[in-house]
Amino acid sequence: MTGDPATSAMSQPSAPPPAPTARSLPLHTFVTMFVRLLAIQGSWNYELLLGTGIGFCTEPALRRLPGGKGGASYRQALARQSRYFNAHPYLAAVAVGALSRAEIDEVPPAQIERFRTALCGPLGSVGDRLVWAGWLPFSSLLALVAFGFEASPVIVLLIFLGVYNVGHLGLRAWGLIVGWRRGLRVASALANPVMRQGPLHIARMNAFLAGIALPLSLARVLDPGKALPALFDLFSGNRPLGGLLKIRLALAVPVTLLAALMGAAVLVSGHGRFEGWRAALLMLGLFALYSVVRS
Amino acid sequence: MSAAELVMLSVLGALLGLDVVSFPQAMFSRPLVAATAAGAALGNPALGLTAGAVLELIALDTLPVGASRYPEWGSASVVGGALFATFGNAPAGALVLAVTGALATAWAGGWTMFALRQLNGQWARRALPALDAGSPHAVMGLQMLGMTADLIRGGLLTLVALLVLVPVAARLVLHWHAGDLVSHMMVVACAVAVAISAMWKLVHGATHAKWFALAGLLVGLIAVRSR
Repeated sequence: MTGDPATSAMSQPSAPPPAPTARSLPLHTFVTMFVRLLAIQGSWNYELLLGTGIGFCTEPALRRLPGGKGGASYRQALARQSRYFNAHPYLAAVAVGALSRAEIDEVPPAQIERFRTALCGPLGSVGDRLVWAGWLPFSSLLALVAFGFEASPVIVLLIFLGVYNVGHLGLRAWGLIVGWRRGLRVASALANPVMRQGPLHIARMNAFLAGIALPLSLARVLDPGKALPALFDLFSGNRPLGGLLKIRLALAVPVTLLAALMGAAVLVSGHGRFEGWRAALLMLGLFALYSVVRS
Repeated sequence: MSAAELVMLSVLGALLGLDVVSFPQAMFSRPLVAATAAGAALGNPALGLTAGAVLELIALDTLPVGASRYPEWGSASVVGGALFATFGNAPAGALVLAVTGALATAWAGGWTMFALRQLNGQWARRALPALDAGSPHAVMGLQMLGMTADLIRGGLLTLVALLVLVPVAARLVLHWHAGDLVSHMMVVACAVAVAISAMWKLVHGATHAKWFALAGLLVGLIAVRSR
């Protein structure tokens, strides 16, 4: 380690560099940057990845540099910020805040570039685990539980969009604010308990929710409100009206579950060699063909 | 399906296709939302929601991670929701055809997103001198161009998919042999299998996850029983 704050900020959070000088941005600049963050992937490509998006989002702050919009400092900073960058799109807000702060504080360009490079890895991996593998499935499963309880479409959508976007918008806003406040010392923010332990707790909640959501969703789609209760009735020896139909319905459930478990076992044992959605497309396509040709 | 409905669904597909990556990525493009919106546009949000729930179970398997190529669920779910809302009230094969149509569209959508990213790359390469000079117009132009192209991509994908799949589905449901229950069993078995394997991938590394899953399953079965 060289002791350079740009790199040591990411690798040695316990030894932070000196605090940046106190600066402030007008509220409307923050709001503009936040709105632009929603479009940070607007020109995502395999050359620069998020690079142009970072330039796009930091641009309102860069107008505060000496010389204003179009000045030499502004142009040099915008050019720096529009180069290659990779991160999770929501946690890129941390980078946008921190890099804007570094530019406004007129940190040396070489130091900013090292800091920028060092940010990429952590912001990608933390975001992927927290959001894509955690919060998104959590919101989906919660909404599927509501669906299984026969909630109306409006309620299901409100639950999904409400829960997901509290996390989504909150994370972007937090990232922008904490990035701006801490500047080059932002690494310590990524070490907070939510970022470190959050994915583990969310994974457990997701396991619990999946256990609830799958039988409930299965029951609703297979035969709204009848199939699984019919199975329970069958096991309890209770065979009231429409016994044959109920037995048929009841057998549908274990057969479907068995088929699903076998399919899941095949997919899991494949270790990602084939994707589930492709397998589902193949199976359903073949079934459709069989069902039509047989007639 | 009328021309007005086709236009309305294409606009919806364009907006929800844009949400997948470009703007605002607030997950309006997830199957639960997109298919329900398509169903509502055709006057039957409940059928749209059913198709959306099945697709959502399958979509749990794909994480929209960075540069990886993944299916595009926004426009595809509009197609799936619209197909089920159009044919779902009577014919047995409607759910199978709606989900299959949506999966095929999601596959095609993944390819269109890959092509768009390559196109964005070409535009970015062309704009490199201006970017290196710190031109705000170049930055803004690339963002706007990318989002506009994505909007058009989603709209065209939805339109083409509906133009192809609605007449095909209309013919197939008439010749559908399998019964209602068997058809639904097939769809549910596929969706739940994909969802179980997806959840396994996502949570099996977490300590005690299997006990949480079993506890949830117990609660779920009790909830089904007591409904």
